[in-house]
Amino acid sequence: MRLVEFLQQLINGLSLGSVYALIALGYTMVYGIIGLINFAHADILMVGAFIGYFVATDFGFSFVPTLLIAMAGAGLAGVIIERVAYKPLRKAANISLLITAIGVSLLLENGFNWLFGGNPRTYPAGILAQKTIMFGPIRTDTLHLIILGTSLLLMILLQVVIYRTKIGKAMRATSTDKDAAALMGINVDTTISATFAIGSALAGAAGVLVSILYSSLDPYMGLQPGIKAFVAAVFGGIGLIPGAFAGGILLGLIETFVTAWNSQLSGAIAFVVLIIILIIKPSGLLGKNVSVKV
Amino acid sequence: MSTYLKKLGISLAAAVAIFAALSLLISTSIINAYYTRILMTICINIILALSTNLIINYTGQLTLGHSAFMAIGAYSAAMFSLKGGLPFPLVLLLGSIVAGLFGFLIGLPTLRLKGDYLAVTTMGFCQIIVVAIQNIPALGGAQGLPGIPGKTTFAWVFFCMVLTILVLGHVVDSSQGRAMISVREDEIAAEAMGINTTRYKVMAFTIGAFFAGLAGGLFAFLMMFIEPTTFNYFKSIDLVIYVVLGGTGNFAGCITSTAILTMLPEVLRVVGDLRMVIYPLLLIVIMILRVKGFRFRKIWQFLTGLVTGKGGDSHAAA
Repeated sequence: MRLVEFLQQLINGLSLGSVYALIALGYTMVYGIIGLINFAHADILMVGAFIGYFVATDFGFSFVPTLLIAMAGAGLAGVIIERVAYKPLRKAANISLLITAIGVSLLLENGFNWLFGGNPRTYPAGILAQKTIMFGPIRTDTLHLIILGTSLLLMILLQVVIYRTKIGKAMRATSTDKDAAALMGINVDTTISATFAIGSALAGAAGVLVSILYSSLDPYMGLQPGIKAFVAAVFGGIGLIPGAFAGGILLGLIETFVTAWNSQLSGAIAFVVLIIILIIKPSGLLGKNVSVKV
Repeated sequence: MSTYLKKLGISLAAAVAIFAALSLLISTSIINAYYTRILMTICINIILALSTNLIINYTGQLTLGHSAFMAIGAYSAAMFSLKGGLPFPLVLLLGSIVAGLFGFLIGLPTLRLKGDYLAVTTMGFCQIIVVAIQNIPALGGAQGLPGIPGKTTFAWVFFCMVLTILVLGHVVDSSQGRAMISVREDEIAAEAMGINTTRYKVMAFTIGAFFAGLAGGLFAFLMMFIEPTTFNYFKSIDLVIYVVLGGTGNFAGCITSTAILTMLPEVLRVVGDLRMVIYPLLLIVIMILRVKGFRFRKIWQFLTGLVTGKGGDSHAAA
């Protein structure tokens, strides 16, 4: 592979990876706070993409308002799901919660399929101008750069929220020890809802970006990026926010380079890498090995 | 020992009686071809669910890739028959052994992982096996493998299911089975009592894979056509749903929930496309009801209570 080609693929990989990281952050935040693999997260991404699609086509909104409305809608959807389906099960065994999450996921997919049909749709062409940009000999386009920039901006915002605000402090406290946090006067219910709202809003943003990147959206669009982002979250060490970031970017890079080399294997390679990493380091890339005390 | 033989005799006699009744209904077309097919699918799903049950509910290891072993069993049984020309019972056995072997090889490195890491790794192996089959032209690739003879009959699936129930029933009652349960209850305590936890986890995984391979072989010779995407992780997730709804550590609940959940999509056909929406909705409602004390085992107890004429008692006991 020549250097120029390498750098071009690097940009593609980074922008794909940043989208994975956005989705993985939602998985990891929810896992960190209630210990649930939220299977419905991928479908919240789809809900966000649909909301964005409707405001962009029916009201002709441009990119930024579309993105913000999709984020708000997806965040609201996340909070409603948490309140209706997950909250009654919070004290139940973990696996019951997992099955409920799978049920919510199927409900959203099949429900949207029933309501809007399964035909793929596309965002209006003018929503993001696709201009080719040359950095010397390296060819790239505005689409990939805007996606990369948007994802990075949102992740910086998330860092600010988590480490610089009161609700972020409450989220960190609740994920460390729910009971102790409640004793310190933190409203655990509100904090969990806020976590779902933020994670889902990021997924909604990722939904808009993914459907512009692949120029297609349908009720089952969340599955592929969802499963890869989940792998990314575990890869980096689930429950850790920097882990989701690193895992997402690495997975995007690996996938882009492997696809350039052999496109048939791209469906499995993410998992091969994941399994190798986990067998060498069972708690993920950035995870710490916690020894259990009796 | 004599009470043991008595018990075994009674359960075998019950199985033969149920089989005779069902085959009579099938031969007189009271159960038509369509319902017979659903019945056979239920039996295959019960084999799968019980093998998953051993890993998830008895040993406490969350696997999201059990359908991979079904795929291995299905493909190897089909290939032994198509290329090797071996008789049907032998290919079923060979398919199961190959699946069990893969279960051992995959279980050995992955079962060191815990909880969600194990879940995602098994899911990954499932995906890798599906992609591998898609890329092997000799196995038909992504287009699938046609031309498998339709040798699976109702008798085959029924007695394979009975065999699975008996063998797995013995496994969980044996000292090895008790060791598996101790791993589920508390891995550290089990280890402190001198139980080699990895060994029993791998054992459960291998036995589970063997029976999933058996179900895969039966499935291949029932469908007469198999394709890799049938066995992706959605199938594994279905299996997890069956065993979780069945409840921890019992066969009756697992069998009831599998039968009900396999029939449910067929029953819901009356509402047309909406069934795809109603099924997950029911799933969520059942899960929330479960927390409030609803169990599939109670339905089973109620039904068996009706048969033995003690319908009222079982309710009071539960």
